[in-house]
Amino acid sequence: MLKKSKVAAVFAAIALAVSSAPASNAATDKQLEIFTWWASGGEAAGLAGMTTEFERLNPNTPFINASVAGAAGVNAKGVLVSRMQAGNPPDTFQAHAGEELSSYVKAGQIEDVSFLYKSEGWDKIFPKDLIKTLTTNGKIYSVPVNIHRSNVLWWNPAAAKKAGITKAPATLDAMIADMAKFKKAGIDGIALAGNGDWAIAHLFDYVLLASMGPDKFDGLWKGTTKWNGPEVKKAIGQFAKVLSYGNSSKSLDWPDAGKLVTTGKAGFFIMGDWASSQWQSEGLKLGKDYTWAPGPGTAGVYQWLSDSFTLPKGAVNRDAGIAWLKVCGSKAGQDAFNPKKGSISARTDSDPKLYDSYLQAAMKSWKKDRLVGSTVHGVNWGNAGMAAYNSAVGRFYTGGAKDSAGFVKALLAAQKANAQG
Amino acid sequence: MRATRKKIQNPWGGFLFVLPSIIAMAIFVYGMIGYTFVESLENRYNAYTTKIEFVGLVNYIELWSDPEFTHALSNLLKFTAVFMIGCMLSGLIMALLLEKGIKGEGFFRSTYLYPMAISFIAMGTSWRWLMDSARDDDATGLNYILKNIGLGALQSDWYTSEAGSMYAMALPAIWQMAGYVMALFLAGFRGIPDDLREAARVDGASEYKIYRHILFPQLSPTFLTVLIILGHISMKVFDLIFGIATKSYVTKVLAIYMWQTIFDFQNYAKGAAIAIVILLMIAVAVIPYLIYVNKTEEANK
Repeated sequence: MLKKSKVAAVFAAIALAVSSAPASNAATDKQLEIFTWWASGGEAAGLAGMTTEFERLNPNTPFINASVAGAAGVNAKGVLVSRMQAGNPPDTFQAHAGEELSSYVKAGQIEDVSFLYKSEGWDKIFPKDLIKTLTTNGKIYSVPVNIHRSNVLWWNPAAAKKAGITKAPATLDAMIADMAKFKKAGIDGIALAGNGDWAIAHLFDYVLLASMGPDKFDGLWKGTTKWNGPEVKKAIGQFAKVLSYGNSSKSLDWPDAGKLVTTGKAGFFIMGDWASSQWQSEGLKLGKDYTWAPGPGTAGVYQWLSDSFTLPKGAVNRDAGIAWLKVCGSKAGQDAFNPKKGSISARTDSDPKLYDSYLQAAMKSWKKDRLVGSTVHGVNWGNAGMAAYNSAVGRFYTGGAKDSAGFVKALLAAQKANAQG
Repeated sequence: MRATRKKIQNPWGGFLFVLPSIIAMAIFVYGMIGYTFVESLENRYNAYTTKIEFVGLVNYIELWSDPEFTHALSNLLKFTAVFMIGCMLSGLIMALLLEKGIKGEGFFRSTYLYPMAISFIAMGTSWRWLMDSARDDDATGLNYILKNIGLGALQSDWYTSEAGSMYAMALPAIWQMAGYVMALFLAGFRGIPDDLREAARVDGASEYKIYRHILFPQLSPTFLTVLIILGHISMKVFDLIFGIATKSYVTKVLAIYMWQTIFDFQNYAKGAAIAIVILLMIAVAVIPYLIYVNKTEEANK
């Protein structure tokens, strides 16, 4: 008898769990369900700062965080895509600002939020170049909470001294010359993070920009600069040279490649400015253990990427979504989030005292520099184009940087994939 | 109390118990395969197409002109060849060594089997470190070992070299599955009655001849089983390769390309077509085997 009742109890428990699960997941109209991939470290701390601000302003709206951790959002995007397809969107979700959103826009799954830009005065407080990039056909589909810079050169002053380098190179060719000096001193010229292709594509993105300048670079994504033209050919030649000075391990993740620089085994590192917050969390000092300069040949150009939030159509609680977006765009929200995340505010009026010396310099550049987007982080192309771009670079890199003609062909194919996707 | 065994009176009672799993299989396995197939014949090339039309086999035909697909397919075939041959050989050799009933057999048996207990992702991460392409003074993992035992010339790029990537990728897979293959072969050997060997010995057969003409022919069903098991594991390989190299171009196989096509490109029709191609490749291997097994079972009844 005892056994029987145990079995019955288990079944009852399972039945209860099954029947009650949907009830507890179903959003009521009084809460905010937000979807992000920020689940640990500085990102989670920054999000918590914004959440506190939201709860202060909206004390009666419980905050539900439906985050899916890991892999720079790769896992989260999978879950999100299926929720959007099923017509069960969260009240707001995180996405890179720019073309990465285009498939949601074309599917009519997210709302135009330009009314918020007017009512909150963001159209005056965000830089003009940014607003221009965010606008498609007069509409804006997301609110940026932060700005990262991708064209940053990181280097180790102690290692540079050994190689006889005292200041950061000013052009791409000067950088290649300096890498030769590093090599002579027994140090790898540049740190390469080959795992998963994207960090090499990030480097190529910078080389394209430095080699042809911002106007031609912008043209690549608008179709006015040809992928099979002479500018790209020249850039590929320089890219091959840069790669030839890299570390011999082709399977590093970017934090491991960064470690080569901070431990003096590699000279230069082209990486977004999240590298700085990573190193500071490891206890390294900016200016002493590592230092920075704008990517050689791209001084005065700010290659940006941005995390932003959206307003999905058909969400359960649209008002809560709007309230969240207002916090995202506000000065208080952005200044709560960004110092912890290690990025700057997208606004031009944030308080510099909250930020470290690199970020303060970045804030100054953000206000006056020419802005161009980062391809690898979703600004210039949509998901399909981006994935094909990464693959094209990865193939060129693992092939020993020899097959330039094949590389151009693959880039043209990526452009086509982007137009279709 | 005395337990009395009653005859099952209602033959439908048993059916009722399997019914839930039959329904679940019908919906979630065969229903979904059917759904995927239908999807692969339509034109959902992105997340926003609203006019869904039937396009026939176009998606399949276009796959063959997609260089990334053919690249992933050839990667998969290379991987499969090395993986299957490597597993068979090393598993068979280990089984031959253990088959004679050496001392400490239990110890070796479980040691060889242990790698199977490790998840693909954990194993992938460790093998990524082992197969690092750094050389000489920077060397780690396998290259470090090679350098320090005086075989420095053999240092390799492993899975990050364009030409040899998939052969290197097969190493961890062989390492993991060889023990399992050994266990299957060992069971096969143990299933052959000793009388046969003894009879052969009495007739004056050499040890080589005993294996060649007596034991191996008896093992042919085991060979077939091993081939099928390894083949289908290899065709659908995903987690091992993702654990080592994520989405890197150089080691892309069909399952990874399918996943990328669906979630990164959001090209559902093409992703479904790739899924069906993988399924067909597995089916070509497995279905004849199932028919063969059914037939032999019928014959033995």
